[in-house]
Amino acid sequence: MRCNRLALLLSGFVISPAVVAEWEVNLVRGVTEISHAIFDLHMIIFYVCVAIAVVVFGVMLWSIIYHRKSRGAKAHHFHEHLWVEILWTIIPFGILVAMAVPASQTLIQMYDKSEADINIQVTGYQWKWRYQYLGQDIDFFSNLSTPQDQINNEATKGENYLLEVDQPVVIPVGKKVRFLITANDVIHSWWVPALAVKQDAIPGFINEAWTVVDEPGIYRGQCAELCGRDHGFMPVVVDARSEEDYLQWVASQTQAQQAEKAAAEQTWTMEALISKGEEVYKTSCLACHQANGQGIPGAFPGLVNTPLMSGDGLMEHARIVVHGRTGTAMQAFGEQLSDVDLAAVITYERNAWGNDGGMITPQQIKQLKAE
Amino acid sequence: MSTLEQTASTGHHHGPAKGITRWLYTTNHKDIGTMYLIFSLVMFMVGGCMALTIRAELFQPGLQLIQPEFFNQMTTMHGLIMVFGAVMPAFVGLANWMVPMMVGAPDMALPRMNNWSFWILPFAFSMMLMTLFMEGGGPNFGWTFYAPLSTTYAPPSVTFFIFAVHMMGISSIMGAINIIATIFNLRAPGMTFMKMPLFVWTWLITAFLLIAVMPVLAGVVTMMLMDIHFGTSFFNAAGGGDPVLFQHVFWFFGHPEVYIMILPAFGIVSEIIPTFARKKLFGYTSMVYATSSIAILSFIVWAHHMFTVGMPLIGELFFMFTTMLIAVPTGVKVFNWIATMFRGSMTFETPMLFAVAFVVLFTIGGFSGLMLAIAPVDFQYHDTYFVVAHFHYVLVPGAIFSIMAATYYWLPKWTGNMYNESMGKLHFWLSFIGVNITFFPMHFIGLAGMPRRIPDYALQFADFNMVASVGAFLFGFAQLLFIYNIVCCARGGKKATDRVWEGSHGLEWTLPSPPPYHSFTQPPKVD
Repeated sequence: MRCNRLALLLSGFVISPAVVAEWEVNLVRGVTEISHAIFDLHMIIFYVCVAIAVVVFGVMLWSIIYHRKSRGAKAHHFHEHLWVEILWTIIPFGILVAMAVPASQTLIQMYDKSEADINIQVTGYQWKWRYQYLGQDIDFFSNLSTPQDQINNEATKGENYLLEVDQPVVIPVGKKVRFLITANDVIHSWWVPALAVKQDAIPGFINEAWTVVDEPGIYRGQCAELCGRDHGFMPVVVDARSEEDYLQWVASQTQAQQAEKAAAEQTWTMEALISKGEEVYKTSCLACHQANGQGIPGAFPGLVNTPLMSGDGLMEHARIVVHGRTGTAMQAFGEQLSDVDLAAVITYERNAWGNDGGMITPQQIKQLKAE
Repeated sequence: MSTLEQTASTGHHHGPAKGITRWLYTTNHKDIGTMYLIFSLVMFMVGGCMALTIRAELFQPGLQLIQPEFFNQMTTMHGLIMVFGAVMPAFVGLANWMVPMMVGAPDMALPRMNNWSFWILPFAFSMMLMTLFMEGGGPNFGWTFYAPLSTTYAPPSVTFFIFAVHMMGISSIMGAINIIATIFNLRAPGMTFMKMPLFVWTWLITAFLLIAVMPVLAGVVTMMLMDIHFGTSFFNAAGGGDPVLFQHVFWFFGHPEVYIMILPAFGIVSEIIPTFARKKLFGYTSMVYATSSIAILSFIVWAHHMFTVGMPLIGELFFMFTTMLIAVPTGVKVFNWIATMFRGSMTFETPMLFAVAFVVLFTIGGFSGLMLAIAPVDFQYHDTYFVVAHFHYVLVPGAIFSIMAATYYWLPKWTGNMYNESMGKLHFWLSFIGVNITFFPMHFIGLAGMPRRIPDYALQFADFNMVASVGAFLFGFAQLLFIYNIVCCARGGKKATDRVWEGSHGLEWTLPSPPPYHSFTQPPKVD
């Protein structure tokens, strides 16, 4: 399969430009006015460079071919020429000024601060994105949904390998959406190529970016700033929908949030918590503490058979998960996960890998948070 | 009195000491230059092995060989080792060997400090490499070590990394002071500034850049140290600090640093092209002015590395315009080199091949640099493989090719023997092809949307990544030829003449090959 593709590449260059096109050698044109403007600028500056290259390398190639000693070339003696030197300073300067004008215009357009129809706060966490729709009761985390066995080459990789999430951010088409971008721990960068939006997510800062998407569709991107171990595993997925579908989604989200609250009131059995907790562990804890709970020595502590996992450590364990540990990579999951999820994952950790540390209920978590 | 005279007279005629002490205690510019060059070659191989580890992991999508935390350590160490351990010491080594010989001096102006500035380096880099074996692993936050990933969230070994950076900074500053002192004070009578060879000129300007920015780097790592161990909050937003401040300070060092790694390369190429075109360098004066303008501009462009951090519009515009302006003096240089070749009488020995490849491939890196300067488009390019392609084009076939060109160019002078020309040409062609197979496809995957510093990638990037990995191994193994050729040349071979090359000009070629231990004991006369 891979060999075929390599052969395809070699033949592709020789035979047909259409084959080469499949190889995605250029910037995406995108689906917004800004992304089109950026794409056009990219092509202009590219052609300018090609034109300069043809002239400069042309002269060079000419000299290499004709002014070589083996062809009997005799060296001339000129070594300066005022006008030529002034000319080849001024001409590039002129080209640059001509380039700077459209570039500045596009930049000014990108910095348009006018009011948006929808404001979404985007927060980068190690290694997931949180989306909060301002003024609405929508707040969720978006995690990588590619299964670990695909990453470890134990299963066939899906079509959107590493570019798929459990819950994409949904926006309506034709409306101005503003993203208020920040981070909780280290610097991340929120990037969707098709929208031509890339903005660093910096703890303590709120950056803004905006977009108006013309066509409904699913647009995929990734974190662009090195943010630690799983920097390569925190994709961004934007689901642009028609206004009608968007409103429907908003309604269903509000319902889901209510259902979650109701779930926290229920009585949960240990088995139910453990099986739910296993899923939560995979999305929120596994990256650091590993599938076998051993962690990574020196970086991330193990969870197997430690004093914290014995009966007495229960409340301390819960406190660390809820409030995090300042000065380390251990985040405060209290704001990231629901009470049910917290109870589930803590119970799971206390009973997995041979641990036997009892259970905690969503109600106890609620109390702990209130303390 | 008589003993003083005695030591003075014996001191003048002694040769190198015997055994290990020759290298430990030496104050001789050639011995120290040789040590710098060997050190940089060793670091080039170490950093190269890290690069090949990275490329091997990226050969296919999925995690095969290494885990993400080790991958991050590899990208970080590869960058640090190549920048601070391979390229910079190689240029200092070349300066040590060539500057005294080119200006007609017996040695460097401050020989004892010269010894010290070299011997710091092996310790600094041993310490840095040791961190890989520490608990929690080595530095894993990229060679740009952005806070707070490199402070609050760093592995414990970051303290050793900070200390290593301090040490190599001291070494660089001392090296720079020495070069400035030598050029200012030890020029032969009659060698005015505007008669100095361009390699000397570019190094003089580079040395001033080093003195200006290495303290800034020391400052930024010290602020990190304070944040980590002494409870300050320079870069910690929760304590009232500012993570973006880190990037401003870092890049205020970082951008001049880029020119520190390329200006001496300009000097080397400006020596080699006239020699093999048998024609005087075109536009010497404008070369000097262009180099100076690039150096000055390098202080006011730093934030083009940070177009996406959320700067105000006016900042974006300012840094876009100043960055674009750099293309003008850089263009002048390229035009001058080509005008030197034009109507020359060229031959293509190995140094010339590397120099010509430098001009072409560095210019390609310059074009992508110009594209990156366009701020609105940079929002798409930033932190992708397009950037990786750009800076590898200016650093590998740029800086590294110039170092290889310089090695082949001056090796006969250093050793007194000719290297194997056909092996040199083979090395050139394998490197040239390898470099392009490795780095050209990175433009494509970058534009298609692959972020840098990721250990695993989406399927649409698979094919070009495979191509790049194949090229990287070709380039990497081709360097064994380089080492083999150097070793053979040092051991023997056809005797080199004093001039070595038919078209060579300059004081270094008036000395015998190999040159005497104290280069010019009598200052030559320059007219």
